Amino acid sequence: MAQAAAVPTPLPVAIPLRDVAPWAVFAGVILLSLLYLVGMDQGATSLTSGGMLHEFVHDGRHLLGFPCH
Amino acid sequence: MVRSLLVRGMIAGLIAGLLYFLFAYLFGEASVDAAIAYEEQAAAAAREASNEAPLVSRGIQATIGLAAAALIYGAALGGVFALVYSAVYGRIGRLTPRETAAVLALVGFVAVIVVPFLKYPASPPASSIDGTIGSRTGLYLAMIIFSVVLAAGAILLGRRLLARFGTRNATLLAAGAYVAAAGIVGYLMPVVAETPADFPATVLYQFRLASFGGQLVLWTALGLVFGALIDGSSRRSGSRPSIDPASL
Repeated sequence: MAQAAAVPTPLPVAIPLRDVAPWAVFAGVILLSLLYLVGMDQGATSLTSGGMLHEFVHDGRHLLGFPCH
Repeated sequence: MVRSLLVRGMIAGLIAGLLYFLFAYLFGEASVDAAIAYEEQAAAAAREASNEAPLVSRGIQATIGLAAAALIYGAALGGVFALVYSAVYGRIGRLTPRETAAVLALVGFVAVIVVPFLKYPASPPASSIDGTIGSRTGLYLAMIIFSVVLAAGAILLGRRLLARFGTRNATLLAAGAYVAAAGIVGYLMPVVAETPADFPATVLYQFRLASFGGQLVLWTALGLVFGALIDGSSRRSGSRPSIDPASL
């Protein structure tokens, strides 16, 4: 950042929102489903059957702050 | 551009998740074990003790299970973090990539963790009523959504106040507006008070402290590691605060 003192800091260039949108939608859906699986499935709602997933991530679920039993 | 940020966000999230696991294992597991001991004691007193073998042993839950949860949570959170970063970078003042990542991690930690925690704190096993899991989950999610929307609104408000009040005062006013609005929402949301009267207070305290501390570790690591990853790559490609696709 040595040159920053000499010349005015250039304005940071924002990424056009139309470039962000497709990523936000597709990756966002996948990422949020991962959070759902770790935090909530086989609890309040169940997309997968049984209790294996719930039991496996049990401690993480409690400590990460998700409501559990 | 967004893709490389997403990859870096998920890598930073994995590292943060690993640190979270270490913290949670060292400081959180004892209270989870103590809560389960209380649960078994209460069940034995009520003669409800089941002889069924557990689906997953405590040893697995406390190690591989906790690690898997932490890594998936970290990577997914890091990905979402990177997506939000790509939308806000260059739009909140003249912050550098590293500063933007740090500010975003701080705002995210307060809005997603601290404020919802104050209303609906993490609860150890056996401290909640099984049957209310649906309403508790709904309230917790609603609190996070309200909090995040209010934080986003506060940032937009701060941007509007910038010209009239200057950076410092506009930031303070926006933060104050967020705290006031979140306080009102928290006051209006229904109370969840289900902890049994004889649940050990020290266990509850230790558990919540570990839970909060773990999230602090996770978000701090996420903001700092993500900042370092994107800053390093922008430096290599000159003074441009962008990521050179060729560097991937």
